[in-house]
Amino acid sequence: MKINRRDLLAASAGIAGAAGLGLTGSRPAFAQEPSYTPEAGASLRLLRWAPFVQGDEDAWLANTKKFTEATGVEVRVDKESWEDIRPKAAVTANVGSGPDMVLCWFDDAHQYPDKLVDLTDLGTYLDGKYGGFYDGLKGYAMRGDKFIALPLAAIGNAVCYRQSHIEAAGFKEFPNDTAGFLDLCKAMKAKGTPAGFAHGKAVGDGNNYVHWLLWSHGGKMVDESGVVAINSPETIAAINYAKALYETFIPGTESWQDINNNRAFLAGQVSLTANGVSLYYAAKKDEKLKDLTADLRATLFPVGPVGTGVELYQTTQAVVFNHTKYPNACKAYLKFMYEAEQMNAWITGSSAYCCQPLKAFASNPVWTADPMHAPYAKASETLRPNGYAGPLGYASAAVMADYVLVDMFAAAVTGASTPEEAVAQAEKRANRYYKV
Amino acid sequence: MSSPSSPGPPSRSGALLLRFNNSRNALGFVFMLPAAIFLLGFLTYPLGLGVWLGFTDTRIGRAGDFIGLQNYIYLMDDEVFWLSVFNTVIYTLVASILKFALGLWLALILNEKLPFKSFFRAIVLLPWVVPTVLSALAFWWIYDAQFSILSWSLMKLGLIQQPINFLGDPFNARVSVIAANVWRGIPFVAISLLAGLQTIPVSLQEAASLDGATPWKRFRYVTLPMLTPIIAVVMTFSVLFTFTDFQLIYVLTKGGPVNATHLMATLSFQRGIPGGQLGEGAAIAVAMIPFLLASILFSFFGLQRRKWQQGGKD
Repeated sequence: MKINRRDLLAASAGIAGAAGLGLTGSRPAFAQEPSYTPEAGASLRLLRWAPFVQGDEDAWLANTKKFTEATGVEVRVDKESWEDIRPKAAVTANVGSGPDMVLCWFDDAHQYPDKLVDLTDLGTYLDGKYGGFYDGLKGYAMRGDKFIALPLAAIGNAVCYRQSHIEAAGFKEFPNDTAGFLDLCKAMKAKGTPAGFAHGKAVGDGNNYVHWLLWSHGGKMVDESGVVAINSPETIAAINYAKALYETFIPGTESWQDINNNRAFLAGQVSLTANGVSLYYAAKKDEKLKDLTADLRATLFPVGPVGTGVELYQTTQAVVFNHTKYPNACKAYLKFMYEAEQMNAWITGSSAYCCQPLKAFASNPVWTADPMHAPYAKASETLRPNGYAGPLGYASAAVMADYVLVDMFAAAVTGASTPEEAVAQAEKRANRYYKV
Repeated sequence: MSSPSSPGPPSRSGALLLRFNNSRNALGFVFMLPAAIFLLGFLTYPLGLGVWLGFTDTRIGRAGDFIGLQNYIYLMDDEVFWLSVFNTVIYTLVASILKFALGLWLALILNEKLPFKSFFRAIVLLPWVVPTVLSALAFWWIYDAQFSILSWSLMKLGLIQQPINFLGDPFNARVSVIAANVWRGIPFVAISLLAGLQTIPVSLQEAASLDGATPWKRFRYVTLPMLTPIIAVVMTFSVLFTFTDFQLIYVLTKGGPVNATHLMATLSFQRGIPGGQLGEGAAIAVAMIPFLLASILFSFFGLQRRKWQQGGKD
C-alpha cells in the first residue's frame, strides 16, 4: 500500500498526539494543528552539529529516514563540528544560500531574524500540545511574539567528580554551596587530585563555567533594558572567588579549550571538572576506565550567594532560512521530528546529552535509566539565557562570540589584570556591542 | 583536385572579422579578457568589497550603512586590536627571521655534495606538504598542558618538575606558536633558496677560491649577492604567509591566553563571523593591508636593489 504525504502527515500527527497524551496523562488544550504539504519535488538540506553521543545521530537519522519514507521528501543531513555551525549558519544567512535548515546554537537566530522563516504556527502548536516549551529555551527561539526558531534542546553541563577522591579529601558528600566547593577544591589540591575548569577560549565549557561564576554571585552583563552592568561589586566578588578557585586547579587551565578537561579527567590528571554526560559515556565505553567509571559522579554546580542555581548551558534551535524553496517541506519535517514518537526516540538515543525542549518529554525514561543522567535532566528547566538580564539579540551573541566574559575572568585569575582592570575592560568591550 | 573559384566580394560582417583578425590591439584585448575578468571577479571585487565593508556597519544578516571611519576610530581605541597588531608584527618578524636563517642554512647544507641528497630534500619538504590543520593538531598535543611529549621527556630526564605551561602563559604561548610556524615555513624557504643556489655558476665560486677567498668571503661576496633576487621573492611570500596566518593560531589557542596570541587575521574572523560584525571584521582585515604593502615594497625596492645584488653597500 502506498501512503501519500497527506495521509502520512495526518496519521503521524494522530499517532504523535496519542503518544503525547500518554506522556502528559491528560488531554492538553493545544492550538489548531497546522498541516504542511511539502512542495512538489522538494528535497531538503539540514546542517547540524556533529553528535557528541552516537545515539543522538543514529536516532536523528532514523527519524529522518522515516520522514523520507513517508513523504518522499529527501533530507540530506550534513554535520559539522559544533563550533563551526555558528559561522556557517551566519554565512548562510548572509549570502542567502546553503542549507534550508540549521540546528544552530545559543542566540544565533537573533542575529539574523529577518532571514528566517516564521515558525509561529508550528511553535504555537507544539507549545500547546506538549505542555509548553521551557521558558529559557523559548526565549532563544522567540522574537516578540514570533517563533523565529524552534527550541530543540539544552545540553546539560554538570560538575563531574571522583567520589573516592572527594572522600579522601575529607568530604563525604559533594558540597552544594560555593564556599564549601572552594574548601573541597583546596582539600583536593592538597591531596594531589586537583580540579580543573577551562579558562581558555572554550566556547562551551569556558562560557558555562564563567557564567556560573558571574551569576552565582549576582553579577550580570547587562540590566533588563540592555544597559551594561558588568562593573559591579558582585562581579568583583565573582572574580575574587574565581581567583581563589583557580589557585586550586591543575596548572595550564588558561589554555584549555573544550576538549582539554575531558582528556585530563579521563587520564586521571584532574578529579573534578564540569562537562556534559558525554564524559561519562567516553569513560564507560573504555574498558580500561572501568574503575574510573564506577567512581564517577555528577552533580549540579554549587549554589552561590544568590541562593539559587543559575547556569548557562548550551542551547540548540532549529531554524529555517527564508531562502529555502521548500518552506512547507521544512515545516513538515520539523513537525514530524518534534512529534512525540520521534522526539522521544531522539531524546532516548541522545542518552541524556540533549535535554528536552518541551515539558511533556520530561517523563522520558532516559532520565531515570542511569543515576548519572539525573543532574542533566533539569537543564532546560533551570537554564538562564545568555546576555541575562537583557534582551537576546545581536549584542548578546557578539559579546559571547568575542569571549568578553571568558577573557575577563582569565585576565584576572592569571594576574594579567587586577579584577578592577579586567572588569573595566569587559565593560568597555560590552558597551561597544550594546550601544549599537 | 578542386577547381579554383573566385570568391565573391566579402560581406560586411566578413570584412569586420577580417579587420578584427588583422588588428593586433583588438586581438590582444580579446586574449587578455579572460585573465582580466578573472582578476576583476576574483581579486579586485572581493578586495574592493572588503574595503567597502570596512566603512559600513554591516552585520551578519543585515545590510549595513556607510559609517565612514567609525570602525577604524573604534579600533584605534580598542586594546585587543592593538594587542593583535603587536602580536602579528612580533609573530611575523621573529618567525620570518628564523625561517630565513634556518632555511638558508638548510639550503646551503643541501647544496653540498651529500649522500642521499634527493632523499634529504624530499624529507625537508614534509612539513610543507602536511596540511596546516593537521600539523597544528600535532603541535596542539605537543604543547598540551598535561600531555605534552616535550614536558614528559624533560620530566623523565629530571630537568623539570612539572609540565611546561606552553599555551597558558602569554610569553610561552607566543614562543610556542612562533616555533610551530617556523617548523612549518622552513621547507618553503629552504627549497626555494636551494633552487636559487643551484643557479649560481660553479665557475664563480672556483674563481673566488683561486683568488684566495675564504668560505665566508665566498658566501658574503659571491653567493649572497647572487641569491638576493630569490631571497627578495621568497621572503616576500614568507612574510605574507606569516602575517596572514590563521589556521595555526585558531587550532592551537584561538587567540588565547587572554588574547596574547590573537593575530589580526584571527581577530578579524572572531569579530566578523562568529561575532557577526562583518564591518568591523573587514576593517581589521583592511588594516592589515598597509603592513603587507610595506613588506612588499621593502622587498622589491630594498632587497632587489642592484647595488646590493652586486655586493655593494648603500
